Amino acid sequence: MSIKIENLVYKYMIGTPFEKTAIDDVSLEIKDGEFIGLIGHTGSGKSTLIQQLNGLLKPTSGKIYIDGEDITSKDINLKKIRQKVGLVFQYPEYQLFEETIFKDVAFGPQNLGLSDDEILKRVRRALEIVGIDFEKYKDKSPFDLSGGQRRRIAIAGILAMEPKILILDEPTAGLDPKGRDEILEEIRKLHKEYNNTVILVSHSMEDVAKLVDRLIVMYKGKNILTGTPREVFMEIETLEKIGLAVPQVTYLVRELRKRGINIREDIITVKEAQDEILRLLRRDKND
Amino acid sequence: MIKDITIGQYLPGNSFVHKLDPRVKIWLSFIYIIILFIVNKYSGYIFIAAFTLITILVSKIPIKYLFKGLKPILWIIIFTAVLNAILTPGITIYKIGPVNITDKGVYLAVFMVLRLIFLIVGTSILTLTTSPIALTDGIERLLNPFKRIGVPAHELAMMMTIALRFIPTLLDETDKIMKAQMARGADFETGNIINRAKSLIPILVPLFISSFRRADELALAMEARCYRGGKGRSRLKQLKIEGRDYVAITFTILLMIISIVSRRWSI
Amino acid sequence: MEDSMLLANNIYFYYKKSDDEKIEKSIALKGVNLNVKKGEFIVIIGHNGSGKSTLAKHYNAILVPSNGDVIVDGMNTKDSSKLWDIRQKAGMVFQNPDNQIVATIVEEDVAFGPENLGIPPEKIRKRVDEALLAVNMLDYAHHGPHLLSGGQKQRVAIAGVLAMRPECIILDEPTAMLDPSGRREVLDTIKRLNKEEEITIVLITHFMEEAVEADRVVVMEDGKVVLEGSPRDVFSKVEEIKRLGLDVPEMTELAYELRKNNINIREDILTIEEMVDEICRLK
Repeated sequence: MSIKIENLVYKYMIGTPFEKTAIDDVSLEIKDGEFIGLIGHTGSGKSTLIQQLNGLLKPTSGKIYIDGEDITSKDINLKKIRQKVGLVFQYPEYQLFEETIFKDVAFGPQNLGLSDDEILKRVRRALEIVGIDFEKYKDKSPFDLSGGQRRRIAIAGILAMEPKILILDEPTAGLDPKGRDEILEEIRKLHKEYNNTVILVSHSMEDVAKLVDRLIVMYKGKNILTGTPREVFMEIETLEKIGLAVPQVTYLVRELRKRGINIREDIITVKEAQDEILRLLRRDKND
Repeated sequence: MIKDITIGQYLPGNSFVHKLDPRVKIWLSFIYIIILFIVNKYSGYIFIAAFTLITILVSKIPIKYLFKGLKPILWIIIFTAVLNAILTPGITIYKIGPVNITDKGVYLAVFMVLRLIFLIVGTSILTLTTSPIALTDGIERLLNPFKRIGVPAHELAMMMTIALRFIPTLLDETDKIMKAQMARGADFETGNIINRAKSLIPILVPLFISSFRRADELALAMEARCYRGGKGRSRLKQLKIEGRDYVAITFTILLMIISIVSRRWSI
Repeated sequence: MEDSMLLANNIYFYYKKSDDEKIEKSIALKGVNLNVKKGEFIVIIGHNGSGKSTLAKHYNAILVPSNGDVIVDGMNTKDSSKLWDIRQKAGMVFQNPDNQIVATIVEEDVAFGPENLGIPPEKIRKRVDEALLAVNMLDYAHHGPHLLSGGQKQRVAIAGVLAMRPECIILDEPTAMLDPSGRREVLDTIKRLNKEEEITIVLITHFMEEAVEADRVVVMEDGKVVLEGSPRDVFSKVEEIKRLGLDVPEMTELAYELRKNNINIREDILTIEEMVDEICRLK
């Protein structure tokens, strides 16, 4: 499912001295099945932007089309939009409220008015995607689980609505490295299997370099850069100016090149760096 | 944004009234209320009006802003006026069906309305010119002498401080949880009262759980910083009664004397 | 041991749980021995549930060990008469910045600790100003904490501890909820306090780039210390670290992968500069 944003503007507290433009004339397009990374400093407008994509915030001006349908028009059915566009907030485990994991994950599908059979099917599948054993956990209280598991339950709660577009706002914040890797792996698998559109908001350049097809960079409410991670991470100066960084390995090759070593410039993952350095060192030996 | 709402609608400023000691301000507000009930003639009100107006001008609170505070209680004011006008016996000056409006009724109605307006305006000057934290401080210190008879002065003040501190945090959190549940298709706007009440569960449960967690963590953090109740505690900010406080006290006492004397006047 | 700041002597900790089935899980610490020297900067890593937070709470006498002793600058945490001295000496900063700020004004919050200690007002004033200056937050003294960024709030929390004039600060995942720039602010503050004020630092974190900056890294797993040494020593054991569900710095990982491909590169590389030097040497 595609997203098209035209001249989007969002202002807070209009008409007061505190008026602030959070989104400043953003236009962009996201194709069906794309895996997007949304990056930017805190306060750059990322969170405001994603909340407009499922109608939680109404834009001050501009249009948003989800699959060709204008969701900013007055007579839009927001429930339908929220089923199509699933939004996982930061620290989603704090929204859990039911006594059992089954009931909590079923909350979304229930709101959609689905049949019991369909709900059961969806809850089972959603829990499976996030790697939680349905039979073992369905009747347990979500509050008895570890933080990382609770977060996966909460993500399953959105997945059970089977959104065509999935937006995740820093889904790994506060987790330990293992928990982080597991969740990212599940998201990657999900995207590969169902080929839905995914927007991942992240602070980790290393993570987005490994995962996404395209990056959208926000700064002061504007979309200042967009392109493949490889293209975007070549703009080190621009990124640093707006308080962002590039992956460690990208810095490494840049330093190597400064020392006169002839190495490819556009390296963004450890794997690429490894291959490139191996090629470099072996070539020298063969000379 | 929702989190910018402050309780008591404190208007930061640097005026004479703002700088008064909170304890003095609380006491003087009490005395002001007593004065309102001492006065029983219109002539007394002239002095109260003058006193109130001067206080407002000195405090630099926009008068428009102050009267905005009267809006929510407009109905109470009208109700008081009507009730007094029709229930007071006297010479009928106007008749609507079986209802008689009497001369004494009108006299009393206007009198009561004025009293109510002075009451609201006067007490809002206190909250408008005193930050919540100073108010809490003032209350704590005023209650201190009653500690001996078991009034938990420090504890009350600490609870108020923490409540004030967490109001913006919890408002913010409510907003987030609401949005998160709306993203899951929750609907808070349609249906009958029972359904609407039910639809609040997905907000209230997470909010309670998170409040308890916050309370737990805050308690731990306070203990880690050597908090052990009010005993042996000192304070960064000392309250000191200064020249301007004596000026304010003098004027208020003067008003009190006038109001007592005014009871003997004819109108 | 005279230069010991925090000494954990074979400590065990059992959570008293009424739950019948999970007896095994309720043992949080299983014989931890760790000596933190005065002026040291120690980082503790380990996945969630490895016992690192439980250990941290022992240093401030929030918890006392079920077995064994924790000695804070010569004072045993079991000695309840020393409780407040211990808490003054070993300050603690927690993960969620929102849940440790008590007052509605920054400077009042920083004053909270000294007020609890009963310090005279003029001295509190001085301490508050110094503490806010040390964390570079003096300009925000009169702000409401809810208007600050996460990194700023954490620095206020650190100032709140500093105003108690501690010799040691224990920070329990202070950067977990912050964005990269907030993390940088907090880490720089911690490092400066360690270098300039000679405050002993125990930092618990999930971020390996923070661990790299420490004097010593301690790895915990299942209630025990399983690895300990300089960041260079610890992170060069890539396989072991990964087995524990943890990360190594990217450059260390790269060196590890290169070595697997028969490149004779140093295994204890931590930084980009070191990697650059090594590759230039090999070429």
